[in-house]
Amino acid sequence: MATDISKITEKSPWQDLTEGNKIFAGGTSKYFHTGEWRTNTPVLDKEKCTQCLLCTPVCPDSCIPVKNGEREDFDLDHCKGCGICASACPFNAISMKEGK
Amino acid sequence: MENKKRYNLKEVMSRPERLTPGHRMCAGCGGTIAVRAVLRALHEGDHAVIGNATGCLEVSSFMYPYTAYTDSYIHNAFENAGATMSGVETAYNRLREKGKIKDNFKFITFGGDGGTYDIGFQSLSGSMERGHDFVYVCYDNGAYMNTGIQRSSATPMYADTTTTPVGKESNGKIQYRKDLAAIIAEHKVPYVAQTTFLSNFKDLHTKAEKAIYTPGPAFLNIMAPCPRGWRYETSEIMNICKLAVETCYWPLFEVVDGKWQLSYEPKNKLPIEDFLKPQGRFKHLFKTGNEDLIVKFQEEVDRRWEDLQFRCSQE
Amino acid sequence: MAIRERLSGNEAVSFAIKQINPDVMPAFPITPSTEIPQYVSAYIANGECDTEFIPVESEHSSMSATIGASAAGARALTATSSCGLALMWEELYVAASNRLPVVLALVNRALSGPININCDHSDSMGARDSGWIQIYAENNQEAYDNFVQAYRISEHKDVMLPVMICQDGFITSHAVENIELLEDDVVKNFVGEYEPENYLLNSETPMAVGPYAVSNYYMESKKAQTEAMKNAKQVILDVANEFAGISGRQYGFFEEYRLEDAEYAIVMIGSAAGTTKDAIDYLREKGKKVGLLKIRVFRPFPEKEIAQALKNTKAVAILDRAESFNAHGGPLGSEVTQALFNAKCTMEVRNYIYGLGGRDFRVEDASNVYSELEALITEGKEIENYKYIGLRSED
Repeated sequence: MATDISKITEKSPWQDLTEGNKIFAGGTSKYFHTGEWRTNTPVLDKEKCTQCLLCTPVCPDSCIPVKNGEREDFDLDHCKGCGICASACPFNAISMKEGK
Repeated sequence: MENKKRYNLKEVMSRPERLTPGHRMCAGCGGTIAVRAVLRALHEGDHAVIGNATGCLEVSSFMYPYTAYTDSYIHNAFENAGATMSGVETAYNRLREKGKIKDNFKFITFGGDGGTYDIGFQSLSGSMERGHDFVYVCYDNGAYMNTGIQRSSATPMYADTTTTPVGKESNGKIQYRKDLAAIIAEHKVPYVAQTTFLSNFKDLHTKAEKAIYTPGPAFLNIMAPCPRGWRYETSEIMNICKLAVETCYWPLFEVVDGKWQLSYEPKNKLPIEDFLKPQGRFKHLFKTGNEDLIVKFQEEVDRRWEDLQFRCSQE
Repeated sequence: MAIRERLSGNEAVSFAIKQINPDVMPAFPITPSTEIPQYVSAYIANGECDTEFIPVESEHSSMSATIGASAAGARALTATSSCGLALMWEELYVAASNRLPVVLALVNRALSGPININCDHSDSMGARDSGWIQIYAENNQEAYDNFVQAYRISEHKDVMLPVMICQDGFITSHAVENIELLEDDVVKNFVGEYEPENYLLNSETPMAVGPYAVSNYYMESKKAQTEAMKNAKQVILDVANEFAGISGRQYGFFEEYRLEDAEYAIVMIGSAAGTTKDAIDYLREKGKKVGLLKIRVFRPFPEKEIAQALKNTKAVAILDRAESFNAHGGPLGSEVTQALFNAKCTMEVRNYIYGLGGRDFRVEDASNVYSELEALITEGKEIENYKYIGLRSED
């Protein structure tokens, strides 16, 4: 049976923690929003974007989803604003704006 | 090799993401860029067990109850990622033999240079020697970053770290770095490769796929810059990697069944200053009076590059 | 039909391993447990056992690989002694906190330094707070019987804790004695197949093991572990009762030897209990009311039961085969004394250290302890609270 991590919080009694702190599920980190950390935000200029996808493998936070060979908008719930994608874009289609 | 298809960035990037966002690695971290790239090389439908030595990656990617892996994952301790995966892989063989497991599983362990070059070296060597069918991936950022940038045996010469601080009597680390890829290659395992992040990630992807799908032990050494430890702007990582390769500080090569092959040879080998200059950890090398240090660094890079070229020229 | 044999303790445990036929055994040799991986390797080489043996490069790796195999869904075990156990100390905690039901065949030997290959309990006593269940044997028969019961305890859903099956180095591990073995199918039926609910190689649901847990989770995790250790008490007794049904041999937390009406008691662990029993038989013939409490289960510690068994004695000597360097006694001394104090017992209690690094413990040593206890009560002749047996000294 998969673990429902919404039932595990820093206020949970000991009986509610999983045995041996094991988690019986995958990818639960998505429920933690690291986008809060961001001080600069990437902005995509869709006109300039050629869908070359060179911005996608360089993201340390898996925040540029790709569907059927095309990139979608940034996952700003998780993007930490490192700016690697903006530097990697050969077409200057990504700019970093200050703030969230 | 099952997959002889040409590398297609659109195809590989369209695969389901196996490293979920929400992990707590620093903004701009090279470690998770490496992990994502390696996991993309897994074929769809194949399951994996991901291993991990203690380090930045571990404490950030599996903070209870948040796991960043869509596959099964095991962290045990700092110095035993190789041995731990030995046990997992052996259990898989036994349970398959008993008919208890039907699906295909692949085994990939990640460790930083601390967990790989240093404290986990014996465990890694043992697991390679015993021939377990798994891949050990070192994301090499050249220092113990998790504990706050202490030198490791992977730290380059003259780097300013918190245990080799630059001062009136010190120019940083005295020793050059350990050549771990060569040491593992001398275990005569079927596949060893060194790579880093370049443009469309073809080099890393191809090597990761070979490592995963070559039967027997494989070792991947991936230079994964750390913006905090190396002191550069987070956005600059791809440029730093390119300079590491173009200066031959971090050559790209493979050792396939004992045969050494260069993956890339720069047309114009750039001077080592080009790699050192953008990094704050080498700032002191550019002070007047320290010119000889850069000369010495260059000499060591040249010596190692020639040595590698020689190995790769042998039939 | 029981099989009558003559085996050493190491052979007996190896034979139990062969009968259980676990999935994975990583091990690294160390005297005096080396024979266990050797015997198992020979069984495998001869096709008598299907276990996958991993010849790891250290004991740290043997426990690491055991943990990996167990998390993956396999029934796993290893064997070691002394410094080997010390080297895997970090991993003992990991196995227990991950709640992995692995089994360790421990052959007790003194810890370095100076290096010494003979028996004492400093290795397992050093690991007593690592979260492992610890079960000790007096002889090869008990080592075998305990091993057969180990997985039933560790894999019980209310427990899910690792188990250490301990026997005394050389004295038990190498001495050949008569033994009654169970039939293969009897052992296999008793132990059963391991069917974990969650494991790494479950393709339906992935599993993540070994997180970083912040302070808000850590203490609750330790409490859960402690509760599992408490649960182990009933499970150990239930398994022992079921085992009695197939073997005719009954086990509990400890053995009471002529203790019921005893005025003077010795509490100890392991092979030297046999020597003490000889002394008791001799003294009983002379009319002395002496008895023994031989501890089998040290973790979980049967605090109340021990106090209950000793409550009518006038004086108790707790014999430790390990130093704790707290400068007032050994580990067993501390725990038994606490048990008696908590039960409001008021008898005299003294702590002795014996047998370190293989030092002989003779029948007359046990007799002397009883004489000292008797003199303390009847003549008021003081004994130090904490003293060594068989020590050369200028005083």
